[in-house]
Amino acid sequence: MARSVNPAQAAVMTGSSLARQKLMDKWAGVLFVLPALIFFMVFTAYPIVYGLFLSLFKINTFNIDDRTFVGLDNFSKVLVSDDFHTALLNTAVFSFFVVTIQTVLSLLLAVAVNQKIRGKTFFRTAFFFPSISSSVVISIIFLWVFNQNGLLNYGLSMFGIHGPTWVDDPKTALPSIMGLNIWTTSGTMMILYLAALQDIPAHLYEAASVDGATPVQRFFRITLPLLTPTTFFVVTLGLIGTFQVFDQAFVISNGSGGPEKSTLTAVFYIYQQAFKESNHMGIAAAGSVVLLAIIMVVTVLQKFLFKTDQEY
Amino acid sequence: MAVSSSELKVPPRASIPTAPSAINETAPWVRVLIRVLAYSLLIGFAFIEFIPFLWSITTSFKPESEINAGFVNGFSWLPKNVTLENYANIFTKVAFGTWFINSLIVGVVTTIMTLLFSSTAGYAFARIPFPGRDVIFWMIIATMMVPGIITLIPIYILLKNLNLLNSLPGLIIPFMVTAFGIFLMRQFFMAIPVELEEAARVDGAGRFRTFAQVVMPLARPALSALTIFTFMGRWNDFLLPLIIVSTEENRTLPLGMSTFRSLYKTDWGLLMAGSLLVMLPIVIMFVAFQRFFIEGVSYTGLKG
Repeated sequence: MARSVNPAQAAVMTGSSLARQKLMDKWAGVLFVLPALIFFMVFTAYPIVYGLFLSLFKINTFNIDDRTFVGLDNFSKVLVSDDFHTALLNTAVFSFFVVTIQTVLSLLLAVAVNQKIRGKTFFRTAFFFPSISSSVVISIIFLWVFNQNGLLNYGLSMFGIHGPTWVDDPKTALPSIMGLNIWTTSGTMMILYLAALQDIPAHLYEAASVDGATPVQRFFRITLPLLTPTTFFVVTLGLIGTFQVFDQAFVISNGSGGPEKSTLTAVFYIYQQAFKESNHMGIAAAGSVVLLAIIMVVTVLQKFLFKTDQEY
Repeated sequence: MAVSSSELKVPPRASIPTAPSAINETAPWVRVLIRVLAYSLLIGFAFIEFIPFLWSITTSFKPESEINAGFVNGFSWLPKNVTLENYANIFTKVAFGTWFINSLIVGVVTTIMTLLFSSTAGYAFARIPFPGRDVIFWMIIATMMVPGIITLIPIYILLKNLNLLNSLPGLIIPFMVTAFGIFLMRQFFMAIPVELEEAARVDGAGRFRTFAQVVMPLARPALSALTIFTFMGRWNDFLLPLIIVSTEENRTLPLGMSTFRSLYKTDWGLLMAGSLLVMLPIVIMFVAFQRFFIEGVSYTGLKG
């Protein structure tokens, strides 16, 4: 690989004629692409296909190459598993609330930053900041915030509210993780919206103003429709991310998915089956395929929801 | 390995001042109201974003006894006795130094390899025609939409068969080539005027020389953005280390912090000090590279 960027080596070719260059181009293309392509095939393309394939086998945990073909048996097991149902329900609830709230919040924040205000750069940086931190570290910090005598309950006590035990209560554990997720990702989504807002041509707003449109009308008739492709993108990213939530649930529940399986997410279930249960790797693979299918169906469905051929 | 959504987070473009104040012909009081609402929302949310960090910072400077007393005496913001013992103890009570070095190795090596592979492949996809180029490129793009979870077990088995479980190379190799990296660099190279390269080629420079001496120097903004995303992704990654690392000497920071949290559940001063130290390099990088970061992404974003 180092050869392709070695100037000394390259200098030898200085005398080449244009015709020879063309001929060498084909080989250059192959040399430029091949090393990356090999790694891509082995560690990205092949594992995707292999993942589908593995879901049809019973796999011996202690000797992974010892596999028995079981057809769709893993699927029939996973689809009737109570834990998998719980995990899917938790994930769906999590995904619905997080994606809805963070999408609306990030849009509002972007519109606010896009007004004539001071400190645009500060706000953009401040909102983006949490998303550069490790999910594990954020979860540990939030464990401290969610603590019975922590920052959150202190804040609530100022309004006379006696806060719950958050992550130790099955009713509030999952919503706590939703909150920390919204807190982390809204800023990133805001930046996507802001970039799109800044691309909306000024003359559209001017024309609407001349026609006497109110700010609210301008928002709903111009801004929102023109942001549809961005909304689609923001929702898609949100769905793919939230459907695979794991790190936060793992750290917050200390690896248990509790209390009472209230933070057991789909990926958490897959992880437990694959690495904590004996001989359940095939079931875990089947679980991943089901999750993959759900994510794809939901993504396609929302594509219809936001279907647009808006051009401007 | 299929790209996780964190790598898909397309970052900000530089602010392009095209959108004017959207409040031209509006009554003055409405204009004021809109501004008051905007400021309240922004300041309120900025407060919510920062306050957990502030509290973790002040906690990290409190002695253990004071933190424990807080559970009885009630909430307090500032330490009564400022101490650095948490920052010292984190290196002696747990192998924080080892985790840090492991994370650094994984982050730096993966980033260098990603830059190399993404730029060469991205350049070829943008500029050099070869058989099957477009089909292969679209195949790579398609994998970006596949949720990463499907590859978890296959990657584990693959690493096991390659004898790379519980090793740092096992954490590096699966991420050296990403669809996102190739895509980002290809989009950037597409936006560079072909004339610049043609001039060099007429002067007799071959592909490799053109690439090394003309194209790569121009690609600095995109390479900077890719550096940040890749390093950050590896530095913060938890799931792969969790499933493949089994001994202390190969733990990375997120995995180390997670096990540490299970062991020292109530030692909040230590946990906060460790958490803040994990964030520090990324924060420094973010502050130092922010200009390149926004520049790079605006360039790829504009012509993409």
